Amino acid sequence: MNSAILQAKLWYAQRISAMILGICVAVHLIIIFYAIRGGLTAQEILGRTQGSLTFALFYEIFVLACFVHAPIGIANILQETFPKGRLAVPLSLVLAILILLLGSTAVFGLFTGGAI
Amino acid sequence: MRSRPTLDLRAKSHLYYLAFACHRISGLLLACFIPLHFLMLSQSLRGATGFERSLGLTDFWVFKFGEWALVVLLAIHLGGGIRILIIEFGSWRGLRKGWIEISILFAILCGILFLYFAN
Amino acid sequence: MSNTDLKVKVWRGSEQGEFVEYLVPRNPNQTVLDVVTYIQRKLDPTLSYRFACRVGMCGSCAMTVNGVARWTCRTHVSKIVEGDSLEIAPLNNLPVIKDLATDMREFFNKWKGAVGFFKGSQSRHDDFAKVEPQSEERQLANAGIECIGCGVCYASCEVVEARPNYLGPAALNRAWTLTNDVRDVQQLDRIRAVAGDAGCHACHTQGSCTERCPKGIEPTASIAGLKRLVAKAAIRGSKWGKL
Repeated sequence: MNSAILQAKLWYAQRISAMILGICVAVHLIIIFYAIRGGLTAQEILGRTQGSLTFALFYEIFVLACFVHAPIGIANILQETFPKGRLAVPLSLVLAILILLLGSTAVFGLFTGGAI
Repeated sequence: MRSRPTLDLRAKSHLYYLAFACHRISGLLLACFIPLHFLMLSQSLRGATGFERSLGLTDFWVFKFGEWALVVLLAIHLGGGIRILIIEFGSWRGLRKGWIEISILFAILCGILFLYFAN
Repeated sequence: MSNTDLKVKVWRGSEQGEFVEYLVPRNPNQTVLDVVTYIQRKLDPTLSYRFACRVGMCGSCAMTVNGVARWTCRTHVSKIVEGDSLEIAPLNNLPVIKDLATDMREFFNKWKGAVGFFKGSQSRHDDFAKVEPQSEERQLANAGIECIGCGVCYASCEVVEARPNYLGPAALNRAWTLTNDVRDVQQLDRIRAVAGDAGCHACHTQGSCTERCPKGIEPTASIAGLKRLVAKAAIRGSKWGKL
């Protein structure tokens, strides 16, 4: 019974985060296409992101949505490819932590521009 | 003497399976890339000069190709993902071949746009 | 040896075995079932296979033809022959009893496991149940009730292959038609049964079931409906209670 509720909630969480990511990715692609014109330097990146609360909030939401969405997907793939293995959940948790920590660090870094 | 046959490519040679395969592979590759992408961006903690130096790594052509590939993978995964969401949450109108076509066009468009804007 | 002979490779054995090649005279309007029948009657009486109606109504003759699950009585050789070759094997994802006959027990057990059977609360002494034919629920149910349990969808599904416990498209499709049957009284049990990692959420919308169903049923649609129903039941509760 627990497994049933857990699977249902994981599916739902992955689909909801997918909807959020849909919007975030679309916006991100537009930003990227706009930003890469004529090359992209660190100065240009930081010029847009440093001190910008909008950027920071948008990308942190992006990171959080990734943190939910990707590990659930990876867990499914691992469980199906290696049905007898037990690494599906641990590896997915590792990915989740990597995304959350590295992502939030990146957002923080871009917001502060190194000037903490 | 051999083992009985199992599902092979002939069973999976239809459009909807291909759409699933593209979605899964693009998702897998994105999951591998995203932590590296975040790692690169977190070099911004080093300030503008430190960040610029780290970004210098990406001048190698393999990184440029990787960036292009990732934009295309993202477009594929996004298109395929919207199709799945419509199938699962929208009213049923078949397996949405139209959305597969849109996704392919969108991915090609993103690939071209990236090349156009980057150089 | 006539050059209009078909070279037919047929699986002989059970889980272990081999493909044996037979030469079968080619005829116009020949079905794959005709080919198998010819082999068993004229060439090798030890060949085991299943059929019944031979006119596309019972689904008993389902086999893997050139890698794809089909009803052999409804598959014309001319449509699927590769040059002059055919490959006939038992349905995938099911244990092989002998040659082309598979053990369908797990298929039907999963049907039971998904609570894919009807139970009402009325008896013959009560009045007829009144079910509005144009209601959304009845139309959803009608879309899936023509299933005759042939196993083609089950044999085509990669998730069935990857997850031995996965209930499969036919069982889930039947469960969905019953969740839309207003007379049925087991809905909460049914929702519980089709949830879990052996249930509807394991479906990846690969669509092989819908693509191959000889009756044009769309199990992918039914499973999508179950996904929504189960998720809602797990989080907010359904009209029959919370999971």
